Parts: sequence; structure tokens; C-alpha cells
Amino acid sequence: MIQTLRKLWRNPGGLHLAENKDISTQCPSRQIPLAAQLVIPLLQHAGEKPKVVTNVNVGAYVYKGQTLAVAQSNNSVNVHATTSGTISAIELRPIAHPSGLHDLCVVLMPDGKDAWGDSRLPAYPNYTEIDPAILRQRVKDAGVVGMGGAVFPSAVKLNVRPDKPIRTLILNGAECEPYISCDDMLMREQAAEIVAGAQVMMHMVKPQECLIGVEDNKPYAIAAMQAAVDAAQDSRIQVVAVPTLYPSGGAKQLTFILTGKEVPSGGRSSDIGVVCNNVATARAIYHAVVHGEPSLSRYVTVTGNGIAQPCNLEVPFGTPISHLAAHAGGTTPQAKRWRMGGPMMGITLHDPAVPVVKAMNCLLINDELEHTQAAMPCIRCGRCTDACPTSLLPQQLYWFARAKEFDKAKAHHLSDCIECGCCEYVCPSHIPLVSYYRFAKAEIRAERTAKVKADLARERHEFHLERLERAKREKAEKLAKHKEQAQTTTDDSKKAAIQAALDRAKAKKAEAAAQTLSEDTTA
Amino acid sequence: MIASKPDVSTLMQQVLYALIPGTLLLVWFFGWGIITNWVLAIGFALLFEALMLKWRQRPIEPFLLDYSAVLTAWLLAVAMPAFSPWWLIAVAMLFAIVIGKHLYGGLGYNPFNPAMVGYAAMLVSYPVQMTIWPEPVAFSFAHIGADQAFQKVFWGINTGWDALSGATPLDAVKVSLGLNKTLDDIYATGQFGLLSGEAWAWINVAWLSGGLWLLQRKVISWHMPVALLISLGGMAMIFWLINPQIYASPLFHLFGGAAMLGAFFIITDPVSASTTPMGKLIYAAGIGLFTYIIRTWGGYPDAIAFAVLIMNMAVPLIDYYTQPRVYGTKRSWLG
Repeated sequence: MIQTLRKLWRNPGGLHLAENKDISTQCPSRQIPLAAQLVIPLLQHAGEKPKVVTNVNVGAYVYKGQTLAVAQSNNSVNVHATTSGTISAIELRPIAHPSGLHDLCVVLMPDGKDAWGDSRLPAYPNYTEIDPAILRQRVKDAGVVGMGGAVFPSAVKLNVRPDKPIRTLILNGAECEPYISCDDMLMREQAAEIVAGAQVMMHMVKPQECLIGVEDNKPYAIAAMQAAVDAAQDSRIQVVAVPTLYPSGGAKQLTFILTGKEVPSGGRSSDIGVVCNNVATARAIYHAVVHGEPSLSRYVTVTGNGIAQPCNLEVPFGTPISHLAAHAGGTTPQAKRWRMGGPMMGITLHDPAVPVVKAMNCLLINDELEHTQAAMPCIRCGRCTDACPTSLLPQQLYWFARAKEFDKAKAHHLSDCIECGCCEYVCPSHIPLVSYYRFAKAEIRAERTAKVKADLARERHEFHLERLERAKREKAEKLAKHKEQAQTTTDDSKKAAIQAALDRAKAKKAEAAAQTLSEDTTA
Repeated sequence: MIASKPDVSTLMQQVLYALIPGTLLLVWFFGWGIITNWVLAIGFALLFEALMLKWRQRPIEPFLLDYSAVLTAWLLAVAMPAFSPWWLIAVAMLFAIVIGKHLYGGLGYNPFNPAMVGYAAMLVSYPVQMTIWPEPVAFSFAHIGADQAFQKVFWGINTGWDALSGATPLDAVKVSLGLNKTLDDIYATGQFGLLSGEAWAWINVAWLSGGLWLLQRKVISWHMPVALLISLGGMAMIFWLINPQIYASPLFHLFGGAAMLGAFFIITDPVSASTTPMGKLIYAAGIGLFTYIIRTWGGYPDAIAFAVLIMNMAVPLIDYYTQPRVYGTKRSWLG
């Protein structure tokens, strides 16, 4: 049934993992009643935090889709109320962060009406007649970000530079992490909207082809997507089944598998003529452009042996994760650990009040505890090297991170690590390798920020000195000029005065002489 | 995290299992001497390991149970001559565990292969004791009783031993060649059998089978064994083709000494070996090259230990220049 007509490329490394996806795909996805309280974080994306708009205050009534906060830069998007109700607080609340960080959130008490009011944006059903720049602005206004987990503002990705034309638009339906099935269910149930979203994006980036990459462990999704593509009768779009091998769902990995091209280190996929977006992002773009609806909800997989009825739910952003668990049959005695994302790349959550955000594809509740086995010394066995999909030397990076030799870590391409966790998974010494890389990356970032700051300060200081110097120099120059001028002026005026006096004397003399002469003549 | 995966002690255990067939054959041919080696080596290794861990204030139990010290001891036990005196084993283990391993920081930190540090130190210090093996006789228990073995190992009493002791094939060939004999003459004595001395050939086949099992279990990767055997066999082939009267055949080199033990069990010690795929090939090929050079033109008949130590020194350099090309970066000159 699954056929691949295209040539596919094989990534190095990777792992065959126990998938555990079936447990959450037994029933169709569903919606659940609104929670009593929604906590909407302002920062749900990579980039700058948007600013709360003036008429959003505690006590204010907001409609569904109403803008709560506005992007302040290109690297940001708007944030919206995900249902109608009253704002009860704008304050710091715990958010989905591994360290249990608090961040600014708008707390919304739903009125149950789920009323849009007039907060829908103008719909563009005939978007092909509209300038892509306007559509990009729409995508940004609608708060659409990459829903594969990286939550990068989509408008930035869709901004094609004229010198870097896009050849291939990739829709990422590979979803390789164990347990997660939200993209699978989305593709099964909303294939037509995903394809329509792909067409909107194609209008914006003008690629020659659109490849929808789906791991071949999702036969129903592949069939549904294929049917939707056939129905759309768009010959540019092709559904491609890719072999199931973690982490094929990484954007860089999928790009290579489908095109044989590598995103340059430190560069962007547009450098090689590729734009890669998650299938859920495509659907959000479709809603934003064709229906004028902001990004308000997403499919979330609620799964793990800590959950009585694992399933997929379509949930408004801001819903507390405890509400999800309650509507997935409740928790079981195995509910020891709550995690956002999959077992490989996810983060552990410490508060059941944490809200669902745009990055949350999965709520994994199970009894696995982190690092139950004590780490043993690295024996350089190289299993991590074999597993690394980026061809890094994880064991070397580990030494450098441990020894804080960050220059060496940089030289060994630490920045190209995608933190997929393959190395950590195969490590026979149970070393939490990814944590070491995150630590080293953070230190390098901090170092760079400090350096930029120091450079700026030095520049400012040098500029200040130079300004003082210049002021001094200019003053001296002015004085000198003044003096010189004064000098010349005095000399000239003296001469002139003397000359004038002489002239006057001469004239007087001449006058006197003339008078005498005339007197003589008269006499 | 998701499924069970091998941990360090499981890996080490599998290497130990793979050593069993070769060790049993050694026992078959040399009898009690291998058993005393084995018991003494492991005993001293665990003793030194525990003492060092205690001295270095490390947890003792998890490190003893990682089996790395046992593996070092086992490798030395099968590499040292049968009926080695107890003090020779003790000093060898002292060098391996204390100096070769813990003085560098313990498991994972030692730049040199501990077993080879112990072996080389003994070879340099006690060349006589280290090169005299008993003649291999099938089922040697019958020939030398336990009481005789203990007398030899613990009190150094020789009771009619000299008639039974002899050189290993590599040593015999080396000495005979030094006496200007040709290989034909040497083989004509009939002491070497088909390949290189029948007992040694069988033992090497046993190491090889254990090694293949490790490959099949993916405990070790193919890079190092293949590179070593090709490099050693290739060198032997070249010179053997040039003059088969002076240079022993590739089969002799591969099956007459410690080539198989070295290829699958010694050089594959990950801690002291190169860790990049290309580096593994270079590292092992270098060991093969040095093994041939030292065996043929050097002062010692078996040379794996020195070759390993030489290449251990080169590992940081090899690793640096054989980094694989990272996704999205330009290809470097190697790797």
C-alpha cells in the first residue's frame, strides 16, 4: 500500500525505538469541555514576548479570538483569547518549562459561550489574488507558529528572499517520537485542511513542489493525505512515505531524507531552497488565511501508562494539563511523572496547573523516572557516535562540556546538536549527555552575550573618549582660527585706519591747497 | 529510558563470555597453569581495584561490578605463560590496575590499555619468565598434577619441568631465524603442524569464534578487528611473497600468536582506543603494522602489547583528525 516513487536518502545514526503510539490512536480525537480557568502565557513561541494591548485589563470581557497581546518585532506573533470570558488576572504563573519557571500569563474565566463577537479577521477565501506580504502579516497577526515543537514564527519562515528562491516546500508529518500521535490523528482527520494550508503556503513561497513526508508507521495518515491530495488535484503536491527511524521527524533530518540536501551549519533551510513546516502549522495557516481565525487550539496526545484512556484531544491554549488528564479517563497509580513532549526530547513538568501551549504536542504521564541508574564513567565505547544523526562525536562533546572547554566543544560543532537524545539513549554508562550539551550551549550563549555587551560597552567608551577628544580638538581649532582671524583683522584694520588717516590727511592738504589757490586767484 | 539497553557491566560480561571458549582450550592444552593464572589474576585485580577505589574514595561496589577489572585480569591471565609464578601475576596486576588504570583516574580515564601495560611491564622486566611456556599437550591435567602446579606457581619448585617447557611458535621461529635457519628447516622439525603450531592455531580459532560472537551481538564493531587482521596479514603476505624462507606466512602471523586475542579482545578496549569510525580503522591498522615490524625485526617475539601501547599514544591525534563530517558542514580533509 505504501509506495515510494521518489529516491530517498538515508541519514546516519538514528534509532529504532519502541513506538507505543497505538495506545493513543484507538479512538478518534475529540474536544473536551472548557476548563474553569484558562491560563494563556504571552510567550508561547521562539522570539520576543508580545505586549499586552491597552484594553485588556483585569475584569475586561474578551471574545474568542480577540487579540490579547501584540507582537513588538518581526520575531514575534500576536496572542489571542482562546474563548470568550472575563480576564481575572494578568500575572506570573507556572509555565511549561523544565525548571518550573513562572512567566506572564493572562488568566481567563470562560463564560461558556465561546463567542467570537467580531474578533474574526477578514477572511481571504480567494487568497491567490492577495499579495503574499499581506498574507504573511495575517499569519503573524493570527499567532501562527511552528507546531512541531520549535514554535518558530511562521511568517518569518514564509518570507522568501528574492535571491533565495524556494524549490521545495516540505510538510513534516514524520512525527518520530514514541508515544506521540497528534500529527497522525490530525492527518487522518483533517487531511483536506492540511492540503489546503499547503496550497496557501505554496502561493506565498512559490515552490516547484510540495512534499508531505510521513513516517511509514502511519499507514492511515498516508492514505488520508493521499486521498486529500488526489481530491485537491494539485500535481505539485506529493505524499512521501519515509522509513520509520528516530529522529526522521527532525526538520533537518526530514529535509535530507526527502531532498538529499543538508541545511548548512548555522544557516537556514531557505539557503538550500527548502521551507519545512509541520502539518499542524499548515492547518493553522489555512484557518488564519481562508477563515480569518487565529491559532487558538491544537491536537494534543494525552498518553502513557499513567492515563486511564490515552487519546488525542483538540484543546484550546491555556487549558491546564490536569484538565486534560481528567478528560482522558483520569490518572492511574502509575502517574508518577508528567512530561510535555515525548520520552526522548520532552521536558518534565512539575505542576499540573501548567497550561497547554502551542509547543505542546503531547502530555505523557507515566511511571518512568529520570536517571534512575547512577551514571558511570564514559568508556568511550562510541555507541553515541554510531547513533548520532548529525555525525557528531557525542563522547568528545561530553568531555569538553564537563571540562568547560567550550572552545573545543564549539570546534566539534556543538551548535549542530539537535538534542534528539539518541546518544543518551544508547549510552551504557547512563550519562545524561543532552543535559551536558544544554549546559555547554547555555554557557556559550552567556559568554557570547557577555562579549557582545562588553564589546558594546567598550565601543561606547571609545566613542565617548573620541567625542571628548573631538570636542577638545574642535575647540582648539576654533580658538586657533578665531585668533588667526582676530590677528588678520587687527592688522588689516590698523593698516586701513592708518591708510585712511593718511588719505584723510592728504585730502585735507589737497583741499587746503586748493582753497589757497582759489583765494589767490580771487584776490 | 524507554526500553532496556546494555549497560557497562552487561557489555563487559559479554566480552567475558566470549573469552570462555579460548580459555577452555588453553586449559585443555596447558592444564592447571591457566587455572592458577586465572584465579590469581582475578583475585589480585579485585583486591587492587577495591583498595584503589577505597583510597580514591570512590564507591566500591558499582565499580567492582562493572567487570572491567575482571576483564583486565582475564586478558592477562590468558596472555601470561601458564604456571606463571604468583608474584609475577601480582606484579602484572599491580601495573595494570594500579598504575595503568587508577593512577590515571580509573575507568574511562586511562590512556593506555591496562592489561597491555601490565603485560609489557612484565615482558620488559622478566623476559625469561614471560617467554617460557610449557609445551602444549592435549588434556594437560593428566600430565601435570595440581600439587605439582601449586609447587611451581607458589614456591617456584621445578620437578622435572624443563623437559616440558618450550617456546611459543613465534618465539621458536624468531630464535631459529636468528640462527640463520630457513623457515623450511624450522617447519621440518615438525613442531608447528599445519598452520603455526597446532595448539596455538586451535586456540586462535577459539578466540576468533568468541570475537565473531561479540560482533554478532554488536558488543564490538567490525572496524578494529578487520583493520588489524588485514594490516597484519597484508604485511605478512607482502614479505612472505618476497622471500618465504625468511618471512613467515600470513597464516602463521594470524594464528601463531596473540593476533586473534588482540584483534577481538585487546585492541577493542574502547577506553584507550580511537573512537571515530575512521580513527578505529587507522588505530587498528597501525597496531597491525607495528605488530609485524616488532615481531619481524624487533627484539620481542610477540608484539601486540607494544604495538597497542604505541598506538594508544597516537589516539588523541587520530581522533582529532578523523572527526566525521557533521551534518550541514563542509567535508574536512579526512573522515
